[in-house]
Amino acid sequence: MTTFPVNTGEDPRRRAQLILEHSDFGSVTDEILNVNESPKPPKSWYFALAISFAMMSMLGAMIGYLLFTGVGVWGNNNPVAWGYPIVNFVFWVGIGHAGTLISAILFLFRQKWRTAINRFAEAMTIFAVICAGTFPGIHIGRVWLAYWLFPIPNQMDMWPQFRSPLLWDVFAVGTYFTVSLLFWYLGMIPDLATMRDRTTTKVKAIVYGLLSLGWRGSMRHWHRYERAYLLLAALATPLVLSVHSVVSFDFAVSQLPGWHTTIFPPYFVAGAIFSGFAMVMTLAIPARELWGLKNFITMRHLENMCKVILLTGSMVGYAYSMEFFIAWYSGEIYESFAFINRAFGPYSWAYWIMVSCNVITPQIFWFKKARNSIVIMFVASLLVNVGMWFERFVIVVTSLANDFLPSSWGIYEPTWVDIATFLGSFGLFMTFFLLFIRYLPVLAIAEIKAIMPQADPHGHGHSYSEMEGETVASAKVAEKDE
Amino acid sequence: MSEQVKQSIARENLYGLAAEFKDTPGIYHAAEKVREAGYRWFDCNVPFPVHGLDRAMGVKMTILPVMVFFGGLTGFLLACFLQIFTNSLQIDLWALVPVVGYQFEVSGKPLLGPAAFVPVAFELTVLFSALTAVFGTFFLNKLPMFYHPVLKSPEMLRATDDRFYLVIEAKDPKFVRNEVEAFLQSLDPESVIELEN
Repeated sequence: MTTFPVNTGEDPRRRAQLILEHSDFGSVTDEILNVNESPKPPKSWYFALAISFAMMSMLGAMIGYLLFTGVGVWGNNNPVAWGYPIVNFVFWVGIGHAGTLISAILFLFRQKWRTAINRFAEAMTIFAVICAGTFPGIHIGRVWLAYWLFPIPNQMDMWPQFRSPLLWDVFAVGTYFTVSLLFWYLGMIPDLATMRDRTTTKVKAIVYGLLSLGWRGSMRHWHRYERAYLLLAALATPLVLSVHSVVSFDFAVSQLPGWHTTIFPPYFVAGAIFSGFAMVMTLAIPARELWGLKNFITMRHLENMCKVILLTGSMVGYAYSMEFFIAWYSGEIYESFAFINRAFGPYSWAYWIMVSCNVITPQIFWFKKARNSIVIMFVASLLVNVGMWFERFVIVVTSLANDFLPSSWGIYEPTWVDIATFLGSFGLFMTFFLLFIRYLPVLAIAEIKAIMPQADPHGHGHSYSEMEGETVASAKVAEKDE
Repeated sequence: MSEQVKQSIARENLYGLAAEFKDTPGIYHAAEKVREAGYRWFDCNVPFPVHGLDRAMGVKMTILPVMVFFGGLTGFLLACFLQIFTNSLQIDLWALVPVVGYQFEVSGKPLLGPAAFVPVAFELTVLFSALTAVFGTFFLNKLPMFYHPVLKSPEMLRATDDRFYLVIEAKDPKFVRNEVEAFLQSLDPESVIELEN
């Protein structure tokens, strides 16, 4: 029999341990902040940063080229006017969703394992939404008129069209970015204060001091802080569901075959969470290996993420098959054609990449062995990322390329500028992410301490008769240490 | 456990006295006793929110949720006004510049179509609520505050790491230097610290 790591057991009588090898708060601070306080980051960090920075510069160059030359440098054409920019927009917004799911929805459900991954999932959200926002911004053609998206009084007496889903998107994504940023920052204040109190250099003391706003851990402050955090979680939960629903309205409110379906909002939300968790996993696995955060991001955390990927992947698979069923059941010739064309038309290769990555790949997580193998997880998460990009490609391109009238059909091919811009957005994302890992608290230190058994003022050192199982054991260990 | 603290700070410069605890039950029971003893100007400085400590200290429920409700309501009303004014009515207003509503007629959609206005109304409700929640917390907590006697004391640096401190302020009406010190010592702390203003 294969043996699995200690905390991945499913014995319902025992609460699984979420933090390994730590019995006091100080060592938790030390180990997590070692990521920031170690004199030098691992060599691979410099290497990754150099590549990411080069790719980010490429993004800048491509945007410059676009601005000076015009949108003709892209493969966008008539009928496929959306092309790569909108595919990438939906892809990146989707990635962001896991961060809010972890920080808000799992918080409301009291899923304590979220504390180990919420901080960098939230960071991922912010950086992904920055990447997402870039694409529609440069896709509008005359970039210098981007402010027309906002309702600003002007001498032309001109207002945005509030009945258009594209404008709903401006508000949804704008709100999402702002709320995610607030959530991230609010959660980080106590940890920034911890960093401020431990720094050795003047510059860091000033920077972290300013960022932490003079947080001093007052319980009267914590009281309001916890209330604010709960309120933000309660607000972010419907928000995260609304954002990708609104993104899906961009498609569903139009009348194009393959887009005009009521299944789109829930299907997009499930897909977003699916792709976001895959990205969290893609980032978490190397991060915990490189910085030795294995006591916090344990195998149990990764296993839980695998389960979420399995669930949402299956929901996405269900949505794919339901789309096909309804296309046939409705008896609508255009709708039926749109789906047969997806699976067997000029873009069938993209469709089958999508199905094999998104529907078949996650099914491996039915097996506990796969959920406990770092290699399988990592490969599967990469495949899911690929699959989810192709999902958006299939949705955007196939419906636009072949709509009602064969005379208006076209074929879409990206140019090298499209591809370089897309790759460049990964550079932007990774540059921000690598800088975040090094300079900001990568795990939610205060929250992790608060879920340790020792944090309970009524457990440890009080009366053992109130406790059972593991809490007793760990409390006794803690007592021996003192 | 710890000896008499040296009285090195002049009375008028004394901010308060702090007792240091190394675990959560310690600070929890200490806070209960301090409240029972009738002190009002006291606080706990802790690295993470100790569950139930606010209740043990007798902290009243914050007004924040009420503020957030009104923040959200403002966002909702603003969104309704914005959309109806700009897209449905033909009236003039004077904002920073003269602004005129514009009756947008698009593909025969009704001028006042509430369904189309729902997404933006929802988003702005959430946006204003969230902004109120965060900035309301800062406001009620009087943050940013870059100077504070608690932050100044090098002995209390571990308040953001792994130690728990209970501070009784000198401005408490019941504060008498020696009595408070004896009282804090009776709570079995690791040490008692003087805080300078």
